[in-house]
Amino acid sequence: MAVAGLDAEGARVDPSVRSTLATARRSDVRWYLGSGAVLLGAIVLGASIGPAGPEWWRVPLALLDHLPLISVDSGVTTAEWNIVWRIRMPRVILAALVGGMLSVAGAGYQGVFRNPLVDPYLLGAAAGAGLGATIALTAGRGVTASWPVDPVVGAAFLASLATVAVTYLVGASFHGSGPSARSGVTLVLAGVAVVSFVTAVQTFILQRNQDVVREVFQWILGRLSGATWSDVRLIVPYVAISGIVLMLHRRHLDVFRVGDEEAAALGVSVSRTRLVIVVGATLGTAAVVSVSGLIGFVGLVVPHAIRLMAGAGYRRLIPLSMLLGASFLILADIPGRMLSSPAETPIGVVTAFIGAPFFIYLLRTRRMT
Amino acid sequence: MSALEFDAVSVSYGKSRVVTEFTDRVESGEWLGVIGPNGAGKSSLLRAAAGLVRFEGDVRVGGDSLAPITDAARAQQVAYVAQDPLIPDDMCVFDYVLLGRTPYVGYFGTESIHDREVVVDVIDRLRLGPFAARMLGSMSGGERQRAVLARALAQEAPVLLLDEPTSALDIGHQQQALELVTELREHSGLTVVSAMHDLTLAGTYTDRLVLLDEGVAVANGSAAEVLTAERLGEVFHVCVTVDIDPTDGAVIVVPRRGFPA
Repeated sequence: MAVAGLDAEGARVDPSVRSTLATARRSDVRWYLGSGAVLLGAIVLGASIGPAGPEWWRVPLALLDHLPLISVDSGVTTAEWNIVWRIRMPRVILAALVGGMLSVAGAGYQGVFRNPLVDPYLLGAAAGAGLGATIALTAGRGVTASWPVDPVVGAAFLASLATVAVTYLVGASFHGSGPSARSGVTLVLAGVAVVSFVTAVQTFILQRNQDVVREVFQWILGRLSGATWSDVRLIVPYVAISGIVLMLHRRHLDVFRVGDEEAAALGVSVSRTRLVIVVGATLGTAAVVSVSGLIGFVGLVVPHAIRLMAGAGYRRLIPLSMLLGASFLILADIPGRMLSSPAETPIGVVTAFIGAPFFIYLLRTRRMT
Repeated sequence: MSALEFDAVSVSYGKSRVVTEFTDRVESGEWLGVIGPNGAGKSSLLRAAAGLVRFEGDVRVGGDSLAPITDAARAQQVAYVAQDPLIPDDMCVFDYVLLGRTPYVGYFGTESIHDREVVVDVIDRLRLGPFAARMLGSMSGGERQRAVLARALAQEAPVLLLDEPTSALDIGHQQQALELVTELREHSGLTVVSAMHDLTLAGTYTDRLVLLDEGVAVANGSAAEVLTAERLGEVFHVCVTVDIDPTDGAVIVVPRRGFPA
């Protein structure tokens, strides 16, 4: 049970709520520690399992051996360590960044729009990235093979941001002085229109360039295979900025839960705060989508699963979304690379395979309140 | 000095003017009831005072205009309870009341120990202590209304605006809510402005009534002065009789069958 305000040392607290204070504080600590442990376990597990490389149980020992001041005889050869460190670990960390980012962005979007069906792709981040990737792939790999940054990634990132910016400008242009002016509904509707338009443009381009359809489709399905440390380095700054912005706005997201008008009556600048949160969430989403493709489900369902288990307050939901979203995608990626080895099952397929039954289980066993 | 002053306040939605040059002075500790038919402009007037709609004219609290100050500073002066507040079912009472401290928290800040003390005090005063950890969705309509009032009181604003505070309550909870506002007003010296539909309750609980019709104040005074059968017939297009309770002088508006002449 989340009781955000009750945990300050020294606050004069009514005796009848004192026990609740202690319970809430212990509960917060338990959730953060537990989720951190789950993430650590997922990272180790993700690094330990793969079609080639050392025996799985040697990998945790090898990881320990590489920590400062610790020496353990893991029996892992240099070649095997290279598989763990250069092939598996970038993939695991990329999965963690993508999963954490999509989950926390989903939670942020659901908060500012007070809509449980919203995901980080609402305002066109995914559609824009898809169009950008399509344009880059259509232009031809041959021309851009020597470029320092993969043009598909760059084009997807820029088109993603541009699409969300267009959505925001269109939505803002409909704002008037009436009661709906601050509701955010116009923004959501603008998103629907812009996404439809961008998708239509993408379809038009694909219809005229059928040789890249397969490549674009593979990109759309999302992938973590072939991840390198440079991929990780590419998105870390954006994910960090987004994560910090959303962490700093956890309190605002709780205020948004009482509606735009009440939030405004409480002194919140609704439009400005919403813009900051959306920009923050979009920046990271565009970055991870441009590297990993469209991985659905995570941003929509992981925050809801956390709400069902740990409560709906954003002070707890935002950090837990980062930790558990990261864990979820690492774990979902393991069967993706094992099931049909050496081929890969698209990560988006696996997330839905694993996540949907788990979410249905949660819905059946727990009440939303 | 008047606690709250409306100076020629006009509200328009597009080309439609819903409040026209409303001027009034509400004294410190006074409870002003705003009555009128649907669409008369009651809610718009309150929303203007809360800074939720653009308006012409000026609203002053303690002599100072609200126009040039920040949203947070305004929320420290005026607390507003909407007609149908959005109450998150899965938020506990303490966290909900804590939202009332939002105007006092810096943009990247968090609530201070003092903020939490204020919340605990308000929860105590509204006898919500046993419910502090309860989810709002599990509470009755009356308890939720108390939680909403608690959130507004946590703002520690000298002026409380209530838009139809009893519209969703049964008669018992209506009375409890209004008695609570009376108690809080006497205890804290709050100045209250409420839009109300129930004319008898409005006349019973408020110090003074303003009757709005199509955005214009057509009567202003005590319940006995404002609530006359003739005036109510003209403004509400209703057939009523108005009785005075001989024991306490309360004005009772009784609807009668038939159409007004």
